[in-house]
Amino acid sequence: MKTIKNKTIEQIASWIFFAIGMITILCVLVITLYLISSGLPAIQKIGLKEFLFSSTWNSTGSDPKFGILPFILTSLYGTLGALLLAVPVGIGCAIYLSKFAPPALKRCLLMGIQVLAGIPSVVFGLVGMVVLVPWIRSMFHLSDGACLLSAMIVLAIMILPSVVNVSLNALDAVPSEYEEASIALGATKLETVRKVSFPAARSGILASIILGTGRAIGEAMAVIMVSGNVANMPNMFQSVRFLTTAISSEMSYASGLQKEALFSIALVLFVFILLTNTILSKLMKEVQSNDSH
Amino acid sequence: MKKLATMIGLCTLILFSGCSNSKKENVSLNGSTSMEKLVGTLSEVYQKENPETDITYDPTGSGAGIQAVQEDRCDIGLSSRYLKEEEKEAGLKETIVALDGIAVIVNPENPISDLSLEQVADIFTGKITNWKELGGNDQEIVLIGREAGSGTRDGFETITKTEENCQYRQELTSTGDVITTVSSNPSAIGYASLEALGDSVKALSINGVPCDVQSIQDQKYALVRPFIYVTKKELEGASKQFYDFSTSQKAVPYIEQVGLVVYENH
Repeated sequence: MKTIKNKTIEQIASWIFFAIGMITILCVLVITLYLISSGLPAIQKIGLKEFLFSSTWNSTGSDPKFGILPFILTSLYGTLGALLLAVPVGIGCAIYLSKFAPPALKRCLLMGIQVLAGIPSVVFGLVGMVVLVPWIRSMFHLSDGACLLSAMIVLAIMILPSVVNVSLNALDAVPSEYEEASIALGATKLETVRKVSFPAARSGILASIILGTGRAIGEAMAVIMVSGNVANMPNMFQSVRFLTTAISSEMSYASGLQKEALFSIALVLFVFILLTNTILSKLMKEVQSNDSH
Repeated sequence: MKKLATMIGLCTLILFSGCSNSKKENVSLNGSTSMEKLVGTLSEVYQKENPETDITYDPTGSGAGIQAVQEDRCDIGLSSRYLKEEEKEAGLKETIVALDGIAVIVNPENPISDLSLEQVADIFTGKITNWKELGGNDQEIVLIGREAGSGTRDGFETITKTEENCQYRQELTSTGDVITTVSSNPSAIGYASLEALGDSVKALSINGVPCDVQSIQDQKYALVRPFIYVTKKELEGASKQFYDFSTSQKAVPYIEQVGLVVYENH
């Protein structure tokens, strides 16, 4: 009797967890379907080639133009720039924390990184707007400092904690026997890090970069406050607009085809993020399978 | 059985409380984000006197507000621009509630304090690119504007006749951002509602007329836009009362309180 009762309870529990698991899938499905169904009409009306590859965006003009190439390129360059700035610093920081820092200092620095990770993006934007933008202006003798470079720097600082944290975990997880063996064979500490610890932790380090990329592509709030938000083709020292900010800056007023086009931008952003994630995780799998050989 | 009875009892209770709530009258406003302070104050005062009325406000932007009245999704639409001809033909009616001065603002370090309306237009269309040409410092002019669709931008560009020709360096999404940016860049120029200004930026006089309440009331200041109630059908009940209140003498002190200028129809 008892075992039957237990079995039914288990059965019910498994149904409940199945349902809960399904909620996530359902959310993804609903969002995907909604984005596709509301994003496609404008692309059909404007024409895919015109929409993706023409460089003029003037959604409210008397002869409206809907070319999102500047947004795509800006998002691409902005994310790449942020990674270029954040990844070396982040990995360097993780190596120092994992292999060189005295424990007390490590605790201290980790606390700082955790605080940095917890700062809301609007605060990054605000500080960027009042401190970074005027600084860039005087540093590079520009007339105005709101530009792609400012956005890259703000994004880099924002993704730094994810890069450091995940890389640090990967480096900490390298078995100490590997490193001890390397030192016993006469390698210096630096050589050990370079030739033993780093390669052993590289799939985790790659994961940290994936996480950083995701955060950088999707960020809107901080970026809108420091990038100037004009639909120019990307230029280091010019005001630019990202895919995310293109949506958020016009959504509150948009109507008709303009609104539909904003949904299409969202669809493009969605595909963009899916693509980068797929490519990067493929890359990671390859690294992992190489590791196991 | 007991459970079922309780359930039924609960349902009736909920239904009943729903009924008693529906006695509350509802006025829905939808539109211009620039009118937030105005309608916020007016509805607060009105609700104090008429606690049984619920006033809701959706800050969606002038265009969206006008569309909402057109589609009967709200009682009164809020617009910070005059209605277009085709909108009037579609049966919409406009009533000016207040006037808002758009200040042209520069950094306090900027020696220039007066421009003509033509000069403002030339600056924003990129014909004048250096403050030197206007007798100021040798600095490139940095144009700070609002995003496409903003009521303030629409008002500014319509009055200066620079629609679609403004060469903005930055398009920001709020009045506060524009003021912060202008206050931190000595060569910047931007525009913002008079009521939002503080000491961090300098408002220029236009054609020699300073941007203040007096000159807007006297209709001497050039950059003025209307704050409008847009209606479609004849209003009735609470929305009619709120509309009457907003355009009555009683509303005048509150309109002035939020830094706006009262139109002569009050």
